[in-house]
Amino acid sequence: MKIWIFTLVALLVASLSVAMAFENDSPLEDPLMESRARDLAKEIRCLVCQNQSIFDSDAALAKDLRKIVRERITLGDDNAAITEYLVARYGDFVLLKPPIKPKTYLLWFGPILIFLVAGYTVLQFFKNANKVGRKSTSLNSLERKRVKELISDTEVE
Amino acid sequence: MNKSRLYFLLPVIIFGVLCIFLLRGLSLDPSAVPTALTDKNVPIFDLPALDDQTIGLASSDLGGEVSLINVFASWCLPCRVEHPLLMKMAGDGVVALHGINYKDASKDARAWLDELGDPFGRIGADRDGRVGIELGVYGVPETFVIDQSGRIRYKHIGPITQRDLDKYLLPLIEKLNQ
Repeated sequence: MKIWIFTLVALLVASLSVAMAFENDSPLEDPLMESRARDLAKEIRCLVCQNQSIFDSDAALAKDLRKIVRERITLGDDNAAITEYLVARYGDFVLLKPPIKPKTYLLWFGPILIFLVAGYTVLQFFKNANKVGRKSTSLNSLERKRVKELISDTEVE
Repeated sequence: MNKSRLYFLLPVIIFGVLCIFLLRGLSLDPSAVPTALTDKNVPIFDLPALDDQTIGLASSDLGGEVSLINVFASWCLPCRVEHPLLMKMAGDGVVALHGINYKDASKDARAWLDELGDPFGRIGADRDGRVGIELGVYGVPETFVIDQSGRIRYKHIGPITQRDLDKYLLPLIEKLNQ
């Protein structure tokens, strides 16, 4: 039990320190600009740790990139211009959410496509199963005759 | 073969294709991010010299010949691994070799070069890493191949091995020199 509490507290402390990365920098004076920087930083990938945003990451590069985001906001750049600046240097990979463009169509629309194909296949499967079922209920004249014979046989017994 | 049997083979075929992709994924390095700057001009920069024993590096110094820019730091262990190869390249004189000392103290970088040798023609000191960001550097060492017109043609991420040299860098340098 004790160890569980200890682990829980340790995890809690660890998660706190992660959330502090952005707050550890010197913030912009304008709270509106600071909140813009915060939102933008959450969308930008830290290239060192890769699955963390620069908002969360303590890596030196993440810190530098946060500085650049804040600087550009102070200079009056809009969000699109800032992401463009970063994409020009680090590629689309720097964005945690990949942009929708021909190269990423498969990524964005692939799941829908797979869902539709799978749905269609399942539908077809049941349709065919139904058909097979119906077919077996309708007998041709020869079969009907055979059934009649069988039934009459049992009656005789 | 009848149609329904092909139908049942389909999942097997899809599974096979998936396996091929997954198998390929095993040999890919997920930490290697291809540079967005390939075939673009070197961003404009002007870095001061590391110390009075070296000459600084500016973007205007590049071009006119094929050159390599190696981004290194004394605190970077993989840099130490690739250093003998850089020394050998400098000795062979196959290509102009310049360095960018990334987020380092000049004193430490100097001690490092004194210990391991200095293969670089010019060394720019990028103390705050801003030029590194302009170049899309996200970890050291990284090595850029610059062509005669000052365009980035290739970026190698991580320490250069003999295999990288033989397979990618030297053939590209040779091609560019033609």
